[in-house]
Amino acid sequence: MPLLQLEGIVKQFPGCLANDQVDLALMPGEIHALLGENGAGKSTLVKIIYGVQQPDAGQIRWQGEAVEIANPAQARRLGIGMVFQHFSLFESLTVAENIALGISDARQRKGLRSRISDISRSYGLLLDPDRAVHDLSVGERQRVEIVRCLLQEPRLLIMDEPTSVLTPQEVEKLFATLRRLAAEGCAILYISHKLEEIRALCHEATIMRQGKVVATCDPRQETAERLAELMIGSRVSAPDRPASSQADKPVKLAVSHLSLKSDQQFGIDLKDISFGVRGGEILGIGGVAGNGQSELMAALSGETPVAAAESIRIGDVAAGRLGPAQRRLLGACFVPEERNGHGAVSAFSLTDNAFLSAFRRRSLTRHGLIEGEKTRRFADDIIRLFDVRGRGVRAEARSLSGGNLQKFIVGREILQRPDLLVVAQPTWGVDAGAAAAIHQALIDLAAQGAAIVIISQDLDEILLLCQRIAVINLGRLSAPRPVGEVTVEQIGLLMGGVHGTAPDEQLEGEQPRVART
Amino acid sequence: MWLALEPRGQRSAFWTYGSPVLALLLTVVTAAIIFAALGQDPAKALWTFLVEPLTSASGLPELFVKAAPLILIGVGLSIGFRANVWNIGAEGQFTLGAIFGGWVALRVGEGSGWWVFPAMLLASILGGMIWAAIPALLKTRFNANEILTSLMLTYVAQLLLLYLVTGPWKDPEGYGFPQTAMFGDAATAPILIAETRLHLGVFVAFVAALLGWLILSKSLLGFQLRVLGSAPRAARFAGFSESGLIWLSLLLGGGLAGLAGLFEVAGPIGQLTPSISPGYGFTAIIVAFLGRLHPLGVVLAGLVLALSYLGGEAAQIDLGLPNAVTGIFQGILLFYLLGCDVLILYRLRFGGKQLGGKSLRGASR
Repeated sequence: MPLLQLEGIVKQFPGCLANDQVDLALMPGEIHALLGENGAGKSTLVKIIYGVQQPDAGQIRWQGEAVEIANPAQARRLGIGMVFQHFSLFESLTVAENIALGISDARQRKGLRSRISDISRSYGLLLDPDRAVHDLSVGERQRVEIVRCLLQEPRLLIMDEPTSVLTPQEVEKLFATLRRLAAEGCAILYISHKLEEIRALCHEATIMRQGKVVATCDPRQETAERLAELMIGSRVSAPDRPASSQADKPVKLAVSHLSLKSDQQFGIDLKDISFGVRGGEILGIGGVAGNGQSELMAALSGETPVAAAESIRIGDVAAGRLGPAQRRLLGACFVPEERNGHGAVSAFSLTDNAFLSAFRRRSLTRHGLIEGEKTRRFADDIIRLFDVRGRGVRAEARSLSGGNLQKFIVGREILQRPDLLVVAQPTWGVDAGAAAAIHQALIDLAAQGAAIVIISQDLDEILLLCQRIAVINLGRLSAPRPVGEVTVEQIGLLMGGVHGTAPDEQLEGEQPRVART
Repeated sequence: MWLALEPRGQRSAFWTYGSPVLALLLTVVTAAIIFAALGQDPAKALWTFLVEPLTSASGLPELFVKAAPLILIGVGLSIGFRANVWNIGAEGQFTLGAIFGGWVALRVGEGSGWWVFPAMLLASILGGMIWAAIPALLKTRFNANEILTSLMLTYVAQLLLLYLVTGPWKDPEGYGFPQTAMFGDAATAPILIAETRLHLGVFVAFVAALLGWLILSKSLLGFQLRVLGSAPRAARFAGFSESGLIWLSLLLGGGLAGLAGLFEVAGPIGQLTPSISPGYGFTAIIVAFLGRLHPLGVVLAGLVLALSYLGGEAAQIDLGLPNAVTGIFQGILLFYLLGCDVLILYRLRFGGKQLGGKSLRGASR
């Protein structure tokens, strides 16, 4: 008998049918993949299972009995645990305090610390109950969330995109834990869009597209290409690899000994970062989220100017103290990680959003007034050349899907013909078709002689596009190395090998880090 | 059978402009109920309050005279509000404008010259700007909330005015009344239409609204202000100076409020007294929102709120109702406006018609 069975689940949101007659069956001890692109309806479905949302129609059976799961507390009582993609932990409290907060029954809090230690030991989830959460790496925070679930002795554990924040080594540890849980009879619903992972881990896969289940299969029996086709509905071709050597081209961006104190309480200080990018080259900066990527992006874009002007040179100019507007005039363009509210204004039309960062380089003003017609034509060019699907130049930015808005933003920056483009998370939360188009556009821009820096947590993306890779960890950047000369394991060590220990000891100079690999 | 709110997913263009109209209708209905509760014939009271002030020969010009300060201040506030700069202290900036302009008038006395009135205009703008510069400085230097600082400075300004008209600036021939001497002819706002009180300030208010509209919708500056208000991070990304825009919003709002203050004391009042404003600076906040933070909408909203002042006076004289009617009308209007604005982002749904009523729980979030 299935542990959990969904029949004909329907969930309608304004303007979007998120789940359309979804069926799903989960056996005890099974690791079941829920596979689909962003917006395919995976998150809605698990929120329904976890009681966060209520279905408009359909039936949920738990161990054969029809149930209504009104809220997460009831889901937990049934034996359903969930680890969300975004953690809900208090930074300033310790691990044990955070876990205790989630337990409403005072009797259960007794002996909590020893139970935490027991569970973390038996499942290989190393954790110190007395450490404050702000000291923990993202992987360790995830362990806190998992331990919090396991304390409830769940029959079903839901994991939402758990590996997007982990290093390759941490992923292996997580998989070992999950396999162990499954062997003990706990069912695991594993949400992801990473195909190789699913093939390595899962016994069964349910593939969703546009709110519907399009296939169920045994992922171990399928190729990654076949799974991708099922997920996307069409074939996706890899971009043309860029040429490899740019040693003779001019340096477009030179960062030397860049240090910057974060103004956020739990922000990351940048420490002595140095790298250079030449025209025609794509440099990738990898790393686990929250290791200084956003601080580095702000320093490069000029949103956080740097006191030492020489520490950032754009072309021939010492640009450290310049703001974003002046850096754009030097030929630098930027695509921030966050689309809505940072790279674009959600409530503004695409015309206005085209104007936002491009008006200086595209001369879209005259005597302080906006040249409406010229701006509209520019917005229209972006939409046409970058295949932005929406309701045209008058559509509000927020009405576009993530992928289409990202294509628009990337297009807006590329059409300014930059000498240097710094892109953060170019394809985060973007569907595969749009991701391929964005990748190709970046490669084409480099081929025309621009230097590109890609800051991405997606290692596959960096390995696909970049000639050289550097890794950021706790605000320090490793020396960039050609992609062909490093293995994924070496990158993984750079990404996270030093987490949980005093960073300064481990990171003394460049040499020990390479030697460690 | 119950009501539920359901997110629309995007702003409703219809309700953006329908909301103030509905709010006005609801306000009128509520006013009728209140009049009835006070023992008045609702129809007659509404007529007295809303229509009668406009029927006399001086009705329309008086409406414009009352609307002028509301429009001048409202235009400045709506530009600032668009940028998320919440200047609540226009009343104080209005007062400082009157004091600065009044100082020029008192120095000139009965003297004359073409430059007297322009000098008063400039002085009043300067006065309003100085008073608004204090919250701007505190906001940009110390991140102090401008809502609190600008509001509190209002009371400082009123006490300053009270001190001046009871102390150093008191008219020695004023029989001890707390007021200055009447301004001279050269220091009085020119009248546009003879036999009325329609002064130059009315014309200036309309020009300000037109310019405000041009700045907000067509200029790079207005674009920057709108981006700052909608998405501050996007403004930083684009390279707009946040502190510069905060300064500009406050100085613009303060300058226009100061100008409005001058036109009151150099127009209908003709001197400085402790009560130069029936709360124009605060009512202009309602005007800005009723006018959808759009300078041309502010003109219409300014006329509506001006009518509430005239209606209050008429209700006092003809029906013997307290002058508080004006404040109650304005308060109810703001209340309904804020309520109706929910319809811009949400639609009403009657319970039970949806699938099992389950969407209601989702919608209530």
